[in-house]
Amino acid sequence: MASAIYFLDLKGKPLLSRNYRGDVPMSAVDKFPILLLDAEEESSVVPPCFSHEGINYLYIRHSNLYILALTKRNSNAAEILLFLHKVVQVLTEYFKELEEESIRDNFVIIYELLDELMDFGYPQTTETKILKEYITQQSHQLEVQPRPPIAVTNAVSWRSEGIRYRKNEVFLDVIESVNLLVSSTGAVLRSEILGSVKLKCYLSGMPELRLGLNDRVMFENSGRSSRGKSIEMEDVKFHQCVRLSRFENDRTISFIPPDGEFELMSYRLNTQVKPLIWVDCAVQMHAGSRIEFAINARAQFKRRSTANNVEITIPVPDDADTPKFRTSVGTVHYAPEKAAIVWKIKHFGGGKEFTMRAELGLPSVKETDPDRKKRPINVKFEIPYFTTSGIQVRYLKIIEPKLQYPSLPWVRYITQSGDDYTVRLP
Amino acid sequence: MQASIEKRIRSVFQIPRKGETYELRSGLVSQYAYERKDAIQRTIAAMTLGKDVSALFPDVLKNIATPDIEQKKLVYLYLMNYAKSHPDLCILAVNTFVQDSEDSNPLVRALAIRTMGCIRVDKIVDYMEEPLRKTLKDDSPYVRKTAAICVAKLFDLNPNLVIENGFLATLQEMIGDANPMVIANAVSALTEIQEAAPETNAFAVNADILKKLLLALNECTEWGRITILTSIADYRTADTREAEHICERVVPQFQHVNPSVVLAAVKTILCHIHLLDPELQKQYLDKMSPPLVTLAVSAPEVQYVALRNINIILQKYPDILSNQLRIFFCKYNDPLYLKVEKLDIMIRLANSRNVDTLLSELKEYALEVDMDFVKRAVRAIGQCAIKIESSAQRCVNVLLDLINTKVNYVVQESVIVMRDVLRRYPGYGGVIPTLCQGIDELDEPEARGAMIWIVGEYADKIDNADEILSTFIEGFLDETTQVQLQLLTATVKLFLLKPQNAQPLVQKVLQTITNECDNADLRDRAYIYWRLLSTNSQTTKDIIMSKKPPVKDVIQHLPPPVLEELLRELSTLASVYHKPAETFIGQGRFGADALQRKALEEQAQLAQEEPIQVSAKAGNLENLLDIDFDVEPVAPPTAGVANINLGFNKNSARTSPPIDLNQPQQFRSHVEDLLGMFD
Repeated sequence: MASAIYFLDLKGKPLLSRNYRGDVPMSAVDKFPILLLDAEEESSVVPPCFSHEGINYLYIRHSNLYILALTKRNSNAAEILLFLHKVVQVLTEYFKELEEESIRDNFVIIYELLDELMDFGYPQTTETKILKEYITQQSHQLEVQPRPPIAVTNAVSWRSEGIRYRKNEVFLDVIESVNLLVSSTGAVLRSEILGSVKLKCYLSGMPELRLGLNDRVMFENSGRSSRGKSIEMEDVKFHQCVRLSRFENDRTISFIPPDGEFELMSYRLNTQVKPLIWVDCAVQMHAGSRIEFAINARAQFKRRSTANNVEITIPVPDDADTPKFRTSVGTVHYAPEKAAIVWKIKHFGGGKEFTMRAELGLPSVKETDPDRKKRPINVKFEIPYFTTSGIQVRYLKIIEPKLQYPSLPWVRYITQSGDDYTVRLP
Repeated sequence: MQASIEKRIRSVFQIPRKGETYELRSGLVSQYAYERKDAIQRTIAAMTLGKDVSALFPDVLKNIATPDIEQKKLVYLYLMNYAKSHPDLCILAVNTFVQDSEDSNPLVRALAIRTMGCIRVDKIVDYMEEPLRKTLKDDSPYVRKTAAICVAKLFDLNPNLVIENGFLATLQEMIGDANPMVIANAVSALTEIQEAAPETNAFAVNADILKKLLLALNECTEWGRITILTSIADYRTADTREAEHICERVVPQFQHVNPSVVLAAVKTILCHIHLLDPELQKQYLDKMSPPLVTLAVSAPEVQYVALRNINIILQKYPDILSNQLRIFFCKYNDPLYLKVEKLDIMIRLANSRNVDTLLSELKEYALEVDMDFVKRAVRAIGQCAIKIESSAQRCVNVLLDLINTKVNYVVQESVIVMRDVLRRYPGYGGVIPTLCQGIDELDEPEARGAMIWIVGEYADKIDNADEILSTFIEGFLDETTQVQLQLLTATVKLFLLKPQNAQPLVQKVLQTITNECDNADLRDRAYIYWRLLSTNSQTTKDIIMSKKPPVKDVIQHLPPPVLEELLRELSTLASVYHKPAETFIGQGRFGADALQRKALEEQAQLAQEEPIQVSAKAGNLENLLDIDFDVEPVAPPTAGVANINLGFNKNSARTSPPIDLNQPQQFRSHVEDLLGMFD
């Protein structure tokens, strides 16, 4: 439980705060920037929670803000930190962007929201869609007083009743992010697939949905010999609308969806992934004059697929200058602010291989400390109509017992690079 | 004369006719509703900026009765902030609160009861009874769930009132409410009351309540699930069947998207797993591994909590993630606090099968830029060598490679690590020449000490050991005590191994210390050596050069009682700090009660400061001094006392009771060592 929540700017000045329990002195926040600074001086390892004079400080950073919670008890740290993230998420969904300026501009509604999000330090309702039904930015324009929607406290706390669409449609996106770490010798050190099933639901009433995937465990449970390919998901996480006990019993994914866009589930696979885009880099360093790169990129997936918006970022020394590039495809530019060169290829066909050569000048005065910053090469891409794991949506059944309308599910697959698709430089 | 004094006194209490406060005030009492609302908004804006607008209290209060719910919320917010500074005026708001708590709109009813609980003024508390009684039985679950929390608020202010009015009993009944959110809040409130006053026996989970909780678990919001899971975790059962049932019902929560729900489920199962039969235990532990791994990919701050917890779990169940080493590889842009935690976990997971992968990864980290992280990576290589005997040679090779990079801090750390490796495997003396190459680079005391230790220990294998030591001895008085102690011991060892060329050296050291150093440890040790050396040299040799038991483990482990306690505290701050709760929950000056008092004083001071401001504006200096004098007792505490107290707290943290339990054991083992030496 949190005693108080603060929004601070990066200097540690409070922009807005809410004291939930009145059991810690609000002046404790003045110490926060000092404590942070002290901790930084002592060691470069500054954890997201620390204790000082009986008060515990837990904080996260978001754009140009610190969001800080104080507590004097042995509270649930995971819960508080997650709640802070949730606050950021709700406010972002309200104001598009959460930063210093938007806090100043919207303080009235932020106070209102903070009142609903938490009571006496206990998190309450954090569903933006439901909150938006009774906390609006234009409430004074409403003729009638808003009332708490039934959904706030309902078991189905994420969907209101009486939703109507003329055309009932569901769009289902299966997005797989591949994270990969390749050593300088070309060995795959770590690879994982983070999958996510996102839904856009435009359905009337209170529909019951059931999603069927080619999940190996379910195939085995139902005694079905795995016809075709099935996949084994290491760990699955579901949106709170999914009935977890049913999934535990017979691996059925059944749920009443929230209205509009949401992430239904995420999963993780640890299988060894062959790098989809392979990057090979040779560096020749002529200290004091120039540095040469020879980059080889290869698309290691089926010919009928294409990777779009491929972006390969190669780190170069901070003090490099006069870049010269040669490539058969795509464009290359030098981004001195990131100390990197970026090679962009709009369409990269499966099985193709391209090369790029770059030459950058180096100052003749040698730095005393050789460049020891071993930043890796970073690769970004997306491949539509393709999943690395081979996951498939077998069916999506939609039943609204009262309205019984026909409905259309649409499915789309896409594979993309995760935040951490990197190749270490030799 | 009389008149002028009166005029002066008047002017003190009059508010200036200009400035922001005046403008706001005139807005607040305007005849137009929109102007009043605008003024309230601007007042709140000023409050947000940290300006003291408590002087407007009576005028804001006039706007409390309004059908505009947004305006009402703002007035209530203002009330909560400044009630303490105008406790008497709060009474004027009571009527509206009572009315609002019977409004037809549940939003207003809930708002009224929620705000009343937050106005921590005794006079208000007396009027809370009726509204609270009604709202606890409200038709709307939204109001009921708010009222449930309000009972906890009231208990905090006046426990007797809660018990006398039977609110506690009502709250206990609410565990059987039809609405999951009401149940969750009732559980939160009861847990808090139970914690604050165990004698009330407010929340004793029994088989019946357990059933209700398990039923509500699947219907709750994510936050409600955490509350319920935590109270199930705290439930102590001796019944194997019941424990099995709990685990069975809780395990689906592993699939929840909210990492803290998952962590709460992990905790619940770990709290009950010891009752299950080993086969089933293994099943649940296996099931726990994938969700734990997924926790390690959530938002960095949450990941940090998860990693600290995984660290604890691994100390109890070392095999749980044995095949998941790669998950904990550091990402290039991970925050440093995560990298350090991951490093620690990787060492715990290291075994003879994955040590090669780990070593090449550690070597990579040792070449990164951040000094702290690099040092820890180097240290990890040493831990690996000591933990896994078969990998020692490869670890030593990596360390030698690192020493050859000639990067100052890498070399220093490698030397320190090599010392530990040599204490475990004395046979690796072959590396000493390489170590000696970097001898001039060492400037940190620990690294110098380590190098000197190595030279002393292997003095017979190093040809120029006397030269090396004599260069150190030249600047003897400039060294830190740690290095001086090492130098003394090393010189004596050298003398015992090679008496012929070390005699002058040893004399010089002993003389310097006994004549010029005033450190007691140093002098005492020097005298002991001196006396030993002047007696039978064989006995001296036996004592000083005796074989020491090899170092077995350099990975830090929590003492078992602390570990057990922390396992029950997973996901709390205690589990993040790896310290029992009583060590950081403030005591004395920083204790819970003291903090609360400070919070109250702060508000009281705010109330008193206000007249100062008014008088300052009036320019009445005499008056200002007067009031200042009154205020002084509340002024900041003297630094001296705070420091002493802080020191005391830190001390008590180190010698907290659970750790104490372990000390007799350690002590005994030391005694045994000592005794064994003379066998």
